Amino acid sequence: MNNKMIAKFIGKILMVEAAFMLPAYAISLYKHEEIAARAFLVTILLTMLAGGILVTATRGAKKGFHAKEGMVCVGISWIVLGLFGALPFFLSGAIPHYVDALFEIVSGFTTTGASILPEVESLSMSLLYWRSFSHWLGGMGVLVFLLAVSSGDERSKGFTMHILRAESPGPKVGKLVPRMKQTAEILYILYMILTVLNIIFLLAGGMPLFDSICTAFGTAGTGGFGIKNDSIAGYSPYLQNVCTVFMLLFGVNFSCYYMLMLRQVKSVFKDEELRMYVGVVLGSIVLIVLNLRGYYATIGETIRHVAFQVASIVTTTGFATTDFDLWPTFSKTILLCLMLVGACAGSTGGGFKCGRALLVFKGLRRSVRQIVHPGKVEVVRVNGRAIEEKVLENANAYLAAYALIIVASFLLISVDGYSVTTNLSAVLACFNNIGPGLEMVGPTCNYSAFSVFSKLVLIMDMLAGRLEIFPILILFSRTTWGKR
Amino acid sequence: MKIIIAGDGKVGSMLTRQLSAEGYDITLIDANPKVLESTEEMYDIMAVQGNCATMEVLEQAGVRDSDLLIAATSADEINLLCCLTAHSMNKKLHTIARIRNPEYTDQIMKMRDTFPLSMTINPEKQAAIEIERLLKYPGFLKRDTFAKGRVEIVELRVDAGSPLCDHSLADLDSVVGCKVLVCAVLRDGSAVAPDGNYTLLAGDRIFVTAPTDTLQTLLKNLNIITHKVKRVMLCGGGRLSYYLAKQLEKSGISVRLIEQDYDRCVHLANLLPGVTVIHGDASDERLLESEGMEDCDALVTMTGLDELNMVISLQGTIRHVPQVITKLGRVDNSHILDRLPIGSTISPKQLCCNTIVRYVRALRNQTGAAQTVHTIADGHAEALEFRVDEGTKHIGEPLKQLHLKKNVLLVCITHKGNQEIPGGESFYEKGDTVIIVTSGDVVIYQLNDIFEA
Repeated sequence: MNNKMIAKFIGKILMVEAAFMLPAYAISLYKHEEIAARAFLVTILLTMLAGGILVTATRGAKKGFHAKEGMVCVGISWIVLGLFGALPFFLSGAIPHYVDALFEIVSGFTTTGASILPEVESLSMSLLYWRSFSHWLGGMGVLVFLLAVSSGDERSKGFTMHILRAESPGPKVGKLVPRMKQTAEILYILYMILTVLNIIFLLAGGMPLFDSICTAFGTAGTGGFGIKNDSIAGYSPYLQNVCTVFMLLFGVNFSCYYMLMLRQVKSVFKDEELRMYVGVVLGSIVLIVLNLRGYYATIGETIRHVAFQVASIVTTTGFATTDFDLWPTFSKTILLCLMLVGACAGSTGGGFKCGRALLVFKGLRRSVRQIVHPGKVEVVRVNGRAIEEKVLENANAYLAAYALIIVASFLLISVDGYSVTTNLSAVLACFNNIGPGLEMVGPTCNYSAFSVFSKLVLIMDMLAGRLEIFPILILFSRTTWGKR
Repeated sequence: MKIIIAGDGKVGSMLTRQLSAEGYDITLIDANPKVLESTEEMYDIMAVQGNCATMEVLEQAGVRDSDLLIAATSADEINLLCCLTAHSMNKKLHTIARIRNPEYTDQIMKMRDTFPLSMTINPEKQAAIEIERLLKYPGFLKRDTFAKGRVEIVELRVDAGSPLCDHSLADLDSVVGCKVLVCAVLRDGSAVAPDGNYTLLAGDRIFVTAPTDTLQTLLKNLNIITHKVKRVMLCGGGRLSYYLAKQLEKSGISVRLIEQDYDRCVHLANLLPGVTVIHGDASDERLLESEGMEDCDALVTMTGLDELNMVISLQGTIRHVPQVITKLGRVDNSHILDRLPIGSTISPKQLCCNTIVRYVRALRNQTGAAQTVHTIADGHAEALEFRVDEGTKHIGEPLKQLHLKKNVLLVCITHKGNQEIPGGESFYEKGDTVIIVTSGDVVIYQLNDIFEA
């Protein structure tokens, strides 16, 4: 394995992280938050130092970089990002335990939005900003950002494909344009445009600037860290609706937006995954609204709350306007199912992904048909194109790994002794990068009660969920670290 | 500039490597998803799977805003159809089609004018011309011509016992008795741009710049005896053989051609009545013997199998055939071949890539582009010819004062038809042409790129 090249990449990632902490540091200086300012300064210097050492020590690294290196590189990068990103919370004393701080920032980077803080309003502004900004950064991916800004040796650029594949969600990741740098640039530009639009719409509804920026970051990354104790509930209905719409928009595959830019409107509307996503969202809203008759004062309010909650869960954001833990069981079960489905592939959302669910479903349907007609030959098609058997196999393997991790984590955290619903929903909410679960980890509660061990398990779950399991799983495989 | 390459075969992937490294945006089309995936993982390109002659696939590959389409699939007809379809979708598109079926060669010019093709390439025909050139000047492994044929970069192998062996480059001129310049040395698979203190060792392959009229002296002083080629044996009866035999026959050389497939033999015998076509297995030692390989002046092995070609060429060398030329399909393992005495190697694919790269560079940069581009030293180095114009820097300054980039050499200046192998005092003037050799990762688009920024 090309350890030097991986170390070099991680060094660069640390430099990027340090640079991204600068705005938060500036806010802490501007607001005279002395403790936070000191914490940020120390963290930035430490991160720069570590990054600098890694980059200079690995000069002249060999070029060999394959799928395995790409995976390992992404896996380790994200862990390291969390380890350093947690320092401002820990050093400023805002979160006294390091594991708690780590939980908080990994929850940020993986766009989970699960918090261990009982109340967030007492946090200083710079820390709130850093917390929300980690969502934005983690949503599209830090390594993808690095691909967009770095220009290196042209001859060895093929390997960047492995990084994009490992960091971007979806069963089949492809480029939008021939050059990786440009592909990454396009993704980030679209991401920025949508984020800015979101901020403008929030500002138009009278939300203060700082709140708009942080909320937009949380929405864009489909993260879910609010800066208020009651998440989004305290804002006006208009602002809640804006959030609903933008959450849903960020849950769409970004290549659809690129197609729209190229005016290929038809192919966007014919996209099967997008259709499934819209269908799932509308269907869930209708069912829950019917189930909740008479729960809220007016039908309008019901639809508003239901649409918000559905959007928040399906895109794996995790904002809340109401305590859905109090809803009837049928509605809660639908939400739990939505947790499993998740948003579209190639979006900033987490979960199993609509696209992959579509593949697994179509594969299953074929298997059933083949039982009826044993000799039947059938090719699984999506968007009128044949899907390679390998992609199908990968989707099925992913489903298996997905189920296995849920079961294993569920078992591990059950040692703490909380209820089955709490544990299961905590695992699902962390693994699918949603945030709030049910009962003890419901929208009005938090994760602080869990033991250190359970928190570490959930941290790994969050990382595995964001990176689609394999980059994290590969770190635990003995064959990874041995000689080829 | 956006380039679409249709066909991810040997030529396709070689072009992808070269053009992607030069900074062009490459989209690759192929019907086979497996090859596409491996190419996509190696180079920073986009891959589209499908039939390259369909509008849907071309659309997907972004034909509408592309500048150039290179069709190099295995079938001529698909290449042609691909270019026609693509051109109908984008009238500004330049198209290059690989057309190599001998049946089309006579009409190739007409096809190019009738159909909207910017260029057609025929790797085998090109290779045949190249081999014929080598046969006319035995002793060199490869020849690349510049300055309208008046300067050449020739490739020589330094054999043990050669006068060149163990000499430093500074006293090269006295050894060979004429002014030449070694612009690249290929040792153990990597190329170096040597300086005066560099000592040549046995087994090195050197690339020498010399005016064409001194080549004879060079050969004589290096004890490489040359005599006119009169009898040639060709092994393998593919397209390349056909083109070569046809040309050799025209210039009055007696050709013996061995081919394994009987029907192909009949076909060739019909097309080439003056050639002795022999049906048999070219790897059979007795057959080669009975057909008089020892009496031949040259042996060219060009069956479809590289391994077989190498074995037959080794046999030729052992039996002291004066000149042996081996055709290779793959060029990436040439550092192993350097250790084997198999004579010159020719790769039709490499030649074809060179031609296309030259076209692409000219397209990118209508003014100031290199007039000729040759890839030498198995793709590790490049020789380019530029015209000095008013935009060129440092006109009239002695070379020793210029700061050239690392691994860049100025190897020849042509001033008013006179070639000069430059020394420290030499300089160039407006209107001169200069030849630049670069090795390593340096990519030169314009003459001014050679100077240290």
